[in-house]
Amino acid sequence: MDRVISLSVGEIALKGKNRKYFENKLISHVKRVLQGLPFGKIYKEQGKIYVEVDEDSLNEVINRVKKIFGIYYISPCIRVDKDMDHIKEAVLKILEDIKDRDKVKTFKVKTNRADKKFPIKSPEFSRKMGAVILKNIEGLNVDVNNPDMYVYIDIKQNVYVYTDKIKAYGGLPVGTNGKGLLLLSGGIDSPVAGFLMAKRGVEISAIHFHSYPFTSERAEEKVKNLAKILSLYTGKMRMYSVNILDIQKEINAKCPEDQMTILSRRFMMRIAEKVARENDIDVLITGESLGQVASQTVESIAVTNASVNIPILRPLIGMDKVHIIDIAKEIETYETSILPYEDCCTLFLPKHPVTRPKLKYIEKSEKNIDVEGLVEKALESLSVYDIE
Amino acid sequence: MEIYLDNCSTTQPREEVVEEIIYALRKEYGNPSSLHKLGLQAEIAMEKARETIADFLKVSKEEIFFTSGGTESNNIAIQSIISKYNRIGKHIITTLIEHSSVYNVYKFYEEQGFEVTYLKVNERGIISLEELEKAIREDTILISIMQVNNEIGSIQPTWKIKELIKKKNSKALLHVDGVQAFGKIKLNIKDWGIDTFSISGHKIYGPKGIGVLYIDKNLKINPIIYGGNQERGLRSGTENIPGIIGLGKAVEILHKNFDQEQERVKEIKSYFIKRLKEEIDHIHINSPLEEDFSPYILNVSFDYVRGEVLLHYLENKGIYVSTASACSSKGVKENRVLKAIGLNERYIEGAIRFCFSYKNTKEDIDYTIEALKESVKEIRQITMR
Repeated sequence: MDRVISLSVGEIALKGKNRKYFENKLISHVKRVLQGLPFGKIYKEQGKIYVEVDEDSLNEVINRVKKIFGIYYISPCIRVDKDMDHIKEAVLKILEDIKDRDKVKTFKVKTNRADKKFPIKSPEFSRKMGAVILKNIEGLNVDVNNPDMYVYIDIKQNVYVYTDKIKAYGGLPVGTNGKGLLLLSGGIDSPVAGFLMAKRGVEISAIHFHSYPFTSERAEEKVKNLAKILSLYTGKMRMYSVNILDIQKEINAKCPEDQMTILSRRFMMRIAEKVARENDIDVLITGESLGQVASQTVESIAVTNASVNIPILRPLIGMDKVHIIDIAKEIETYETSILPYEDCCTLFLPKHPVTRPKLKYIEKSEKNIDVEGLVEKALESLSVYDIE
Repeated sequence: MEIYLDNCSTTQPREEVVEEIIYALRKEYGNPSSLHKLGLQAEIAMEKARETIADFLKVSKEEIFFTSGGTESNNIAIQSIISKYNRIGKHIITTLIEHSSVYNVYKFYEEQGFEVTYLKVNERGIISLEELEKAIREDTILISIMQVNNEIGSIQPTWKIKELIKKKNSKALLHVDGVQAFGKIKLNIKDWGIDTFSISGHKIYGPKGIGVLYIDKNLKINPIIYGGNQERGLRSGTENIPGIIGLGKAVEILHKNFDQEQERVKEIKSYFIKRLKEEIDHIHINSPLEEDFSPYILNVSFDYVRGEVLLHYLENKGIYVSTASACSSKGVKENRVLKAIGLNERYIEGAIRFCFSYKNTKEDIDYTIEALKESVKEIRQITMR
């Protein structure tokens, strides 16, 4: 009798001949998150991935594995061979582990006979095992229509017995869908944007802009902490950090006050694009949500996009703030995002930012400053952190 | 280059102190409550430190109680006195510029139904004795006044308060938060009639996590934490021997060097102010070099400058200071003390606190002045637009 967890891979199974690649990617993520914990073999058996685990660290294993994208369900199982007595033992043992045992009054056995050479057919086998449970465990009745609990028996090369299907995030394994550079601020939205794109398989790097000494080093530390939380889902993440104070000073001195925000934004995109190109990254990702603040308007987005030649993914674009906050809480970035930190960047915030910028006026303002030179100079301040 | 001018926040322990602490950790690891030789040895070392501190304060050894620091000392004093005397009266007095470890305790008692008088201060940060005299009533049980203010360094005339108490209500007790005063200005707490007095180790080049509460021997108060009755029952918990020994050493050196170190710091403060006034426009000295200000603290407002931005500019040049208020994404956090002295908003935002130590030199100040000139100029180019 061995303890294993099974990982149901759902969507991956649909991916035809890519499947093997996806599964291997997923297995490499399992190995990554389980580092430091005892675990045995990781193997595939007829549509599911199995990991041999230690009973003592089962909960921690599940907690960690849950954060891997591409997994739909996780089940803690007992694995036995096809010996009838062993299967019986496993069924009784798995019932001992059930939480809230007193709330469970009825059950149903569901057998899945993937190995057609196994002599007993599924319905009959379910009945047999149902009888074993009724005989050995008091206070449990069969209910085939609406049971409190299912007892699953998967008959493959091995036999797997389990009762729990723990829902995971689904999605696709990180790294199976290209690379994106996330513009990560200290706020609530951008970590959520990174999370959602990673969930669709995008490998995430992050870039953070600061205005030290107008912003504090603590603010950057906070962003690193956010990246660290994200990296639990995405795996090791590279974070770039760029100081744009000189750019802001120059805009402040030479451009109309109300264009500060949009002009800065265009600079951030240009810098991000350069960093992306140099690192073989194909898209930028931002946490913008339409209309959330005055600068996140359709017009602003158009003017922002016009500054670069790289696709910008905005997974939150149509989401309400409350929904974004719910996700941030779920992925545990919220508490860090709302930490107050000193930020004197507000010094540069215009009192009435232009909300419907026109490209021709913005471009006209940019003629007052040396755009290329400023971007190059800002890139000299680039620092790189590997977050894991 | 590292110039540390944030000595009100904490100080770098003296080398001799560090050595004593390491020695204590290695050798004096016994528990003073143990009956064996190692316990006795630790107890002797602890009592020696107690004596050193009592000598320096000119009080008796039995009046010195070790705590975990200034915050705990303030809490024990205030909470114990109130819990003992609240049957006599429910009126307590303090000032608007206390440290949060006093101020927030008072706020708590205010919520509990106590009546609190918060004394105002003048533009120099000093209370009015007339106002205090008027505030003392029949049912006043406690007056808590800080000796030296931690933001601007103003010195309260605590030596004149016992007289007022005697005149108005001799039952009222006087607690003094002496954290920024101890080792920095001349004190005579016995003669001044102070009932309880708080001290912190890490403000005087000692270790963190150790402090003292002086309690006049005629005052008997109950503990706020219970346990093995260490510190004559006032503060249970195994004694922090390395901290105590380290603090003892710090006080021993302080005692020896007090006059000489204070003289040097006065010169530094005076030189600093002189150059600031001559070389930087639009500034306001919030803590002049005068009798009623600690020579160790210099608070200056730079107009058209956000204090925090200046702090980071200076940090970039290896100079470490404090601000009164911090920028936040939600605007500027207000500073209670600077508001109480009636400073305008721009001066509050631009306030920087320089706190000196015995280690600072004239060269440090020269370097700092140059850095200030450069930084302030650069910041103002942006903010004075």
